[in-house]
Amino acid sequence: MKTVLFIDDEAALQRTLGEFLKQEGYNVLSALDGENGLGLAKKQNPDLILLDLIMPKMNGFETLAALKSDPGTKSIPVIILTNLEDINDIDRAIEAGADSYLLKSHYSPDEVIEKINQVLGCK
Amino acid sequence: MNIKNTLKRFDLFGYCKKYGLGPWQCPQFLFLVMGLIISFCEIFVYFLGNYYIEDPKIVLLIVMTLTIILFVISFSIVKGFENLAEANRMKSEFISVVSHQLRAPLSNLSWTLDLLMSGRMGKIEDKQVEYFKILKENNGRMKDLVSSLLIVSRLQSATLASNNEFFSLEEMMKESIKSFLPYAKASNADINFEAQPGLPPVFADKEQIRMVFENLLDNAIRYIKGKGSISVILKKEGKDMRFSISDTGVGIPKQDQRYIFQKFFRSENAMKHQTQGTGLGLYIAKSIIEKSEGKMGFESQEGAGTTFWFVLPLKDKK
Repeated sequence: MKTVLFIDDEAALQRTLGEFLKQEGYNVLSALDGENGLGLAKKQNPDLILLDLIMPKMNGFETLAALKSDPGTKSIPVIILTNLEDINDIDRAIEAGADSYLLKSHYSPDEVIEKINQVLGCK
Repeated sequence: MNIKNTLKRFDLFGYCKKYGLGPWQCPQFLFLVMGLIISFCEIFVYFLGNYYIEDPKIVLLIVMTLTIILFVISFSIVKGFENLAEANRMKSEFISVVSHQLRAPLSNLSWTLDLLMSGRMGKIEDKQVEYFKILKENNGRMKDLVSSLLIVSRLQSATLASNNEFFSLEEMMKESIKSFLPYAKASNADINFEAQPGLPPVFADKEQIRMVFENLLDNAIRYIKGKGSISVILKKEGKDMRFSISDTGVGIPKQDQRYIFQKFFRSENAMKHQTQGTGLGLYIAKSIIEKSEGKMGFESQEGAGTTFWFVLPLKDKK
């Protein structure tokens, strides 16, 4: 069973998408801020990370930079899942090593899962 | 205040950029220009006075008094402009912040509805599905409104980034028309698309131009009463690409025509036939076309239909 770490300060969204992911056969880990997310990523070594950008303590850009600079977490694919649609933010995240950038308001949970499957090379 | 901050106060173009204004609308730049004109006029008055008035002290007094009066007036005017520009910037920023804050709960709501409607949390009755669909539709409308408000705020603060590229307008329009066909069919509208053969690509932000086209197409379908037709024409006209979309819809009353590109304006006619709509689509469309160095306009007759058009300048592929 593959593990997805979902780092997002929106607990309700975590629950909803988490339910979709569980039913698709994924094991889901949750963190409500970047700092905790980073700790979990190092400890649990998930197969993929879903990362929000606007978060308390450590924002998504800082978390992404930390993930990509650590040899232990560097190779974990990261999908950005956010409401920020500015082209500069998209460029910045992709340059920092994100594998994909999805806008919450433009994608349905099924489409997010499709993207996760695609990045992980399943189905 | 350190030197850096003091120097910052003289960064005219920095101020203009902050307000999202061009130099001829920017208070600080205008103040500089007015200062130069006043100084020039004062020198002119000094020489003129010297020529006609014998006592140099009186000439100097007249020039000094005039200078002070003109500077005070121009400073007050420019200060007033600056306050207005600042208020406008703050309003745009406010809309932007609020819109971002609204997006999170709207996404939560949308995804939760998707979860319930998918049947993953237990079977739902047909009657319940109907109401979930209403919730989903209204959630979609709110998301669209928030997106439109964000675009308006970015257009006003000149922070809407463009990703310009060469692309085929014809292909893009064909794709959009294809996705609108079920909606057009349901509204009894026929869409005819005519493109001059061998059209060159245009250089603009594809997604923004798509937004403009889809907005115009959506309006054309929306305001057709009963059975009607829509004609989309694309052709090269001199150094421009000219697009037009004509419908046989309800048309725009003459008294409303001059307000049609204003924000939040909806003509009485439109409100009578379609209660939904934000009054932002045409404002956004025109702003995007102008930002792409093009022009946009329309002709309409109430009861007979409307033609919206835009032209985009063609650029050479280097």
